[in-house]
Amino acid sequence: MAATAISSAEAGLPQGRANRQALVEKLVGMGFAFPAFLLLLVIIITPLIVLFYLSLTDYELGALDFRSVGLGNFQKAMSDPVFRRSLWNTVLYVSIVLPGAVGLGLLVAVLVHSRKRTRSFYEMIYFLPVTSTLIAMATVWQVLLHPRLGPINAFLRQIGIGEVAFLSDPSLALPTIAVIGIWQLVGFNMVLFLAGLSAIPKDLYEAAEIDGCANGIDRFLTITWPLLGPTTMFVIITTSITAFKVFDTVAVMTRGGPAGASEVLLYAVYLEGFQYFHTAYAAALTIIFLVFILIFSVIQTFVIDRRVHY
Amino acid sequence: MARVELRALAKSFGAVPVLSGIDLDIADGEFLTLIGPSGCGKSTLIRMIAGLEPQTSGSISIGGVSIDHLRPHERRVAMVFQSYALYPHMSVFSNIALPLTMQRLSLWERLPLIKLLSSRRRRVMPEIAREVRAIAEQLQIEHLLDRRPARLSGGQRQRVALGRAMVRHPDVFLMDEPLSNLDAKLRVHMRTELAELHQRLKTTFIYVTHDQVEAMTMSDRVAMMDAGRILQLGTPTELYERPINIKVASFIGSPAINLLKAKVGHDGYIELMDRRLTLQTPLEPGADVTLGIRPEAMFPASSEEIRTGRASLPASLRRKENLGSEFILHFDVAGPASVVARVPAGPVVQAVNGSVELSFDVAACHIFNEQGERIEPNPLDSCELSRPRTLVASGGGV
Repeated sequence: MAATAISSAEAGLPQGRANRQALVEKLVGMGFAFPAFLLLLVIIITPLIVLFYLSLTDYELGALDFRSVGLGNFQKAMSDPVFRRSLWNTVLYVSIVLPGAVGLGLLVAVLVHSRKRTRSFYEMIYFLPVTSTLIAMATVWQVLLHPRLGPINAFLRQIGIGEVAFLSDPSLALPTIAVIGIWQLVGFNMVLFLAGLSAIPKDLYEAAEIDGCANGIDRFLTITWPLLGPTTMFVIITTSITAFKVFDTVAVMTRGGPAGASEVLLYAVYLEGFQYFHTAYAAALTIIFLVFILIFSVIQTFVIDRRVHY
Repeated sequence: MARVELRALAKSFGAVPVLSGIDLDIADGEFLTLIGPSGCGKSTLIRMIAGLEPQTSGSISIGGVSIDHLRPHERRVAMVFQSYALYPHMSVFSNIALPLTMQRLSLWERLPLIKLLSSRRRRVMPEIAREVRAIAEQLQIEHLLDRRPARLSGGQRQRVALGRAMVRHPDVFLMDEPLSNLDAKLRVHMRTELAELHQRLKTTFIYVTHDQVEAMTMSDRVAMMDAGRILQLGTPTELYERPINIKVASFIGSPAINLLKAKVGHDGYIELMDRRLTLQTPLEPGADVTLGIRPEAMFPASSEEIRTGRASLPASLRRKENLGSEFILHFDVAGPASVVARVPAGPVVQAVNGSVELSFDVAACHIFNEQGERIEPNPLDSCELSRPRTLVASGGGV
């Protein structure tokens, strides 16, 4: 008994010191993390809480008082034909931009990758749209596509197709904006795919060539495409999120028109929030928008990180 | 018959020549090794045979048929890469099966989903599976067929790469430093396996390495290359015992051959450190020569042990390396130069310390002229041999 008492007393001192050291380390660690946490709290978490709170009220900008309406704003959104149309338009926009920007990005990357001396030149050319300000470029596109003054229509008249009202024809407005969206994203996706392509060892192509992958299609299907899997998944997710956030081109070129044909989710939020001052309703729409973004992010975390690694 | 013939083969990258005037006949079933320092063009040469690199001029034929115009997969060659180049996204089975599926199935029968519609594919695939399993059994990797390459050890990957090469029953195996990514112990083991595989398959092997041990142990013949040319072609024994120049002599053999500066005396006999050796050359008196002496030809000895046909030079021991069965002894000699001797373990080696006489067999000396080319000594006349003490006469002549 005495022996155990002594041994525990002996052990007591270093034990206490170890505890104190662990506490100090913990405090220091928290001290380092604090500024980042504060920033996160101020610019992301607090606005999100405020947003969520607002979405449950009937607050309008400038109103002196407001009351809670529960999920009323969300119910209203679901039955609002304008919102439903903008949601549908957004999905349509994403479904054009996603295959276009990913497919073209991959194609351009494969072509540029096989260039040797001119590679950096092409990389720069295709990357230029990414570096430009989309609002300014949207204005340029507006001029290019102008029915009377634009060079594109001048060319179409020349070859006998005649004038096409790209932005004022309801059936063409959204696809036209989608094409501009593709134009803007291809360069970025190309760079991502190029990075993926550079990571594929040259040996594999040579081994495949000896093993009988004689043409480009075989080599692409046997080596390039499977090994680009992780890159492709990443590009798909980032492209989806970017496409889902479409706003600038719509705001500058069509203002959601003609007749709401190009009205998209973020533009509807902008109209409700900053034109009609329905702040609470806009907050609810923003929550819905965030849910979609969250879905894409979740897919990224769970699907990509698990499946496409070897 | 897979006789490989290279005729006046040359390759240059832009204005830089990498290979020139390569003429080589490789017999059916031969194991030929291309060896040389890095940058000597040996890898380029094997890649040209594989069709991965076009030649600038000259021609290659296999079995008497020119293959210059053929794509890599039409050449009936298989290649094992240094990195193994296994397809990381495929199982071991698919890796080995790929050459067969590419050969026997059309593009439609290989496309995802669409392939499921093909009835011919359903007939061909079991055949391929049987062949893959047979190869896997030979290489003892049947239990790994479902794994991805990332989950294999270096030696297992090596076997899979071999399997992928073997499954097509190629006319020629091309191997580009296949063992250099393995650890030392496994390398020794795989060396034996490769040599046995060659004996079993009786196919032509062309093997590239910078490791002279691999070249010496496995090959029927070795082609030593340097600066885009073949310096010497011969059996391992020929390269070891009769190297045609200093480069070959110093590349082949480990520890490397001892090279000592010497001079031709006035009567044509070679003088090493003022000692006259019983080696007469047709070179002009006064010419500089280099003597090459293999480490195992050197032996520390007391002067009584120096017999007919042997010479000696004074040396002081710097370091002993114990390899168990033998010792590597490092000596400093006048010059100053260092000399390495390889001596079986025993009481003599244990006793070596400080200054000794290093004895060597004069007949085992390789003589190289100022250009580094091999010079054959004049045959000794018999009276020269019958006079015993002149053979090691010291300080003579000059």
